[in-house]
Amino acid sequence: MAKKTNIKELASVVIKFVGDSGDGMQLTGTLFSDSSAIFGNDLATFPDYPAEIRAPHNTVAGVSGFQVNIGKSKIYTYGDYCDILVAMNPASLKANIKWARKGATIIVDIDTFEKNAIEKAGYVLNPLEDHTLEGYNIIKAPITSLTRASLSQLGFDNKTADKSKNMFALGIIYFLLNRELNSTLDYFDKKFKNKPDVIQANKTTLKAGYDFADTIEALDSTYYVPPAKLEKGKYRNISGNIATAWGLLAASERSGRNLFLGSYPITPATDILIELAKHKSLGVKVFQAEDEIAGITSSIGASFAGSLAVTTTSGPGLSLKSEALGLAVMTELPLVIVDVQRGGPSTGLPTKSEQSDLMQALYGRNGEAPLIVIAASTPSDCFDYAYMAAKLSLENMTPVILLTDGFLGNGSQLFKIPKVANLPEINPPLAKPNDADFKPYRRNPKNLVRQWAIPGTEGLRHRIGGLEKENITGSVSSDPLNHQLMVNLRAEKVQKVADCIPLQNVYNCDEGDLLVVTWGSTVGTISTAIEELNKDGLKAGHAHFHYIMPLPKNTEKIFKKFKKILVCELNMGQFANYLRMNFPQFQFYQFNKVQGLPFTVTEIKEHILKLLNKKIRNKNKS
Amino acid sequence: MNNKYFLGILEIENKNIENSYMETIINTIQRSSKELTKEDFISDQMVKWCPGCGAHSILSSVANVFPKIGYKKENFTIVSGIGCSSRFPYYVNVYGFHGIHGRAAAIASGVKISNPGLSVWVATGDGDSLAIGGNHFIHVVRRNIDLNIILFNNQIYGLTKGQFSPTTPYGSVTKSSPYGTIENAFNIGILVMGAQGTFFARALDINPKLMSEVMFEAARHDGTSVIEILQNCIIFNDRAHELITAKETREEYQLILKHQEPMLFGKNKKKGIILKNKQLEIAEIGRNGISIDDILIHDAYCEDIGIQMMLAQMSPPKYPLALGVIRMVARPTYDDLMEEQITKAKNDSNIKCVDDLLNSGNIFEVN
Repeated sequence: MAKKTNIKELASVVIKFVGDSGDGMQLTGTLFSDSSAIFGNDLATFPDYPAEIRAPHNTVAGVSGFQVNIGKSKIYTYGDYCDILVAMNPASLKANIKWARKGATIIVDIDTFEKNAIEKAGYVLNPLEDHTLEGYNIIKAPITSLTRASLSQLGFDNKTADKSKNMFALGIIYFLLNRELNSTLDYFDKKFKNKPDVIQANKTTLKAGYDFADTIEALDSTYYVPPAKLEKGKYRNISGNIATAWGLLAASERSGRNLFLGSYPITPATDILIELAKHKSLGVKVFQAEDEIAGITSSIGASFAGSLAVTTTSGPGLSLKSEALGLAVMTELPLVIVDVQRGGPSTGLPTKSEQSDLMQALYGRNGEAPLIVIAASTPSDCFDYAYMAAKLSLENMTPVILLTDGFLGNGSQLFKIPKVANLPEINPPLAKPNDADFKPYRRNPKNLVRQWAIPGTEGLRHRIGGLEKENITGSVSSDPLNHQLMVNLRAEKVQKVADCIPLQNVYNCDEGDLLVVTWGSTVGTISTAIEELNKDGLKAGHAHFHYIMPLPKNTEKIFKKFKKILVCELNMGQFANYLRMNFPQFQFYQFNKVQGLPFTVTEIKEHILKLLNKKIRNKNKS
Repeated sequence: MNNKYFLGILEIENKNIENSYMETIINTIQRSSKELTKEDFISDQMVKWCPGCGAHSILSSVANVFPKIGYKKENFTIVSGIGCSSRFPYYVNVYGFHGIHGRAAAIASGVKISNPGLSVWVATGDGDSLAIGGNHFIHVVRRNIDLNIILFNNQIYGLTKGQFSPTTPYGSVTKSSPYGTIENAFNIGILVMGAQGTFFARALDINPKLMSEVMFEAARHDGTSVIEILQNCIIFNDRAHELITAKETREEYQLILKHQEPMLFGKNKKKGIILKNKQLEIAEIGRNGISIDDILIHDAYCEDIGIQMMLAQMSPPKYPLALGVIRMVARPTYDDLMEEQITKAKNDSNIKCVDDLLNSGNIFEVN
């Protein structure tokens, strides 16, 4: 490879790949992220794609994007704005130019900028020829024609060649970032083991893109993002959905309970089902059910039979599972429900993200039906919280809803690989064979948890079901006072889980003018914003909640120490309302957004400053 | 754990299937070391069905047949949905799960897949399995999960007090159809066979012997067994099956099928079923030159559903109602195939534990 001159070292860089939904942008982004992970950068990714598999060609509706932020220190977000935008056609440029930082480098496939495509994208004039892109560093690369040319020498026709043009773009980026091609070349060898043609086409195109970037003079400099200083250990790049699946597998192994997944495919949760279906060698039983209801009810059956039972879904599916959730509450069986949230209501925005299922998770059932609700906040901590969901569920004999969302499920991040033996123990309250004292609803007085008596076990035959149970015996009962007692016991049991979850942390400062309260996938953006504001002299703390039902015991104590409390979430104020119910003594300010998009650091900072009547003193670019 | 799959599919298919009820059950669900009796399966709960309800005799038949099936009593599990029928688990002293409306088949699927060493029974009704639970019902049948489904068909919604169900005959006047129903009824046998079912039997609540026989056959069958029991709802649909069950008419309207035996019925078994012009017809032995040799021989083990469908479809008053095991064909079960895939994957894969998985693929180390 040619020696490069003028290499600029950067602390971090945000790259976004955009193109038609069939252009392979997700793969391109993933390959780049994997190579960055292997190189040692910290990173965060954000895939942004339409619900349609192949939306109309060259339209804004059909644009698929993948954004990745890589850095030499801890990366919390995939970045508000990109430093480098790769646009494979006019529509993707049109849709994404607003997400490029002023002065960003924009690489376009010049071959696609013909009249028809420009008009279809909604441009009147060719944006490369008027003043639309003034202030950006535009690289006009003939990606389609050069890909075709380099592959025609090898005997590939144009149609086949066009499938590889994303690799040409990736080659350009590898040059621009001073990145070795090795990990990606290896990937081709493994992935297309039996298709030597495809390996050759991809490798040729990737190198052609790299060499093209090396020869043109449009690049006045290239960039270098040094490896991050990471804690000692083994790492990999992982998406939230895979991390969720693995966390569940780890919990199964650690608890000694076989994993059963009953699930119906639904965007953006399906990848958990797909991942678990691969791992039969770990004994997981994956049942692709006929519908969402069978997904959860088969899981309840599996839980009754002694498995670590899980069902995975998204908002519309959670709605369908409501009645069965009540059954799991009533029968006091362990069950993990993973809700990878998406935009709602109804079918809503299947591929976009939102945090609007919180109230449904907390209350979306008939009757008084409390259960545990927890939330993951980064792709890699989906592993930890899936593990915790299983632990809390098994040990407390109660359903647990784990909330993640589309950003987390599809986004990826560096993951420090744990050792299963170092994960916390999981001890389900199994009833002993022939225990003469066994009663289905006799409880451990400390945590109010009943015992799990598994069919097949000698001397424990019993019946349970959805009708109200008599305390201790579990016989069907409609006695008024017994019902009140059982309602109280079920609620108290869930509240007592607060004894076995960690206390809430507050970051940046323990007391002050403002506490920003968040949960879920917004953590990176908001912690970045608050850190920057604190550097500018603001006294703002940040409490990011993972445990929602029950809340950590010190929640009230934390709230008392701040003059104002602002709850930021990607819904219309569901967590804020929940906190108002629990702590009516405080005033909760809200900042909400429901656009299927994440918060940006800029808008969070602006909102906070407005709330506190402060002016921006430092015009940081974010 | 159940290892019965390791008999191998071929062996299951070629298993010597003989024409007799009460044959030995071949599988590896753990058997009881001591002889059990009916009393072992009676629960301490008060039975709260209406006096005279057909469900009582179904309960009695189950309690009678479970000891004969011979599994360890802890290995029986009964799952139900909602409705009169679905109170069933409370009344049998085994592991029981009273589910929610329509979902018994799905809950039971999870139980069986999770632990194939259990003998899993489903107690359900025509509303529970064919209306609100219709989707689960056809899919469990299609998958051939090894469950025994006892479907109480009283052709009415009893627990909600008398609305028509998916098996209520066309035109019936009920509380929710004061002008008569304007929808066609399901034929359960045809539905089961249409859904790729491997076992379908029909029995009457007033015939405990036949009920026990078909329940035993259901237990013996590997795969989803559907037993339709015509049950009388004494309060809301009394005498719905009267033509078939009444003393005066029952010989004319009951065809009790036995594998490899001629399809005879009527007084002194003088009538029989023949195939004429691609249709089933009733013939009388000794009339029009018909002899016993002309009568169809029942073949429950026939893969082809043609004659079995026609038998399931027969209904009074034109025909007798076919009872007994109409279809029983050997096919691998979902739960066995699942175990086989897992065993194979455990042997073949390098990933033996979660640590192996976490450390597989693209990883890098920081020292």
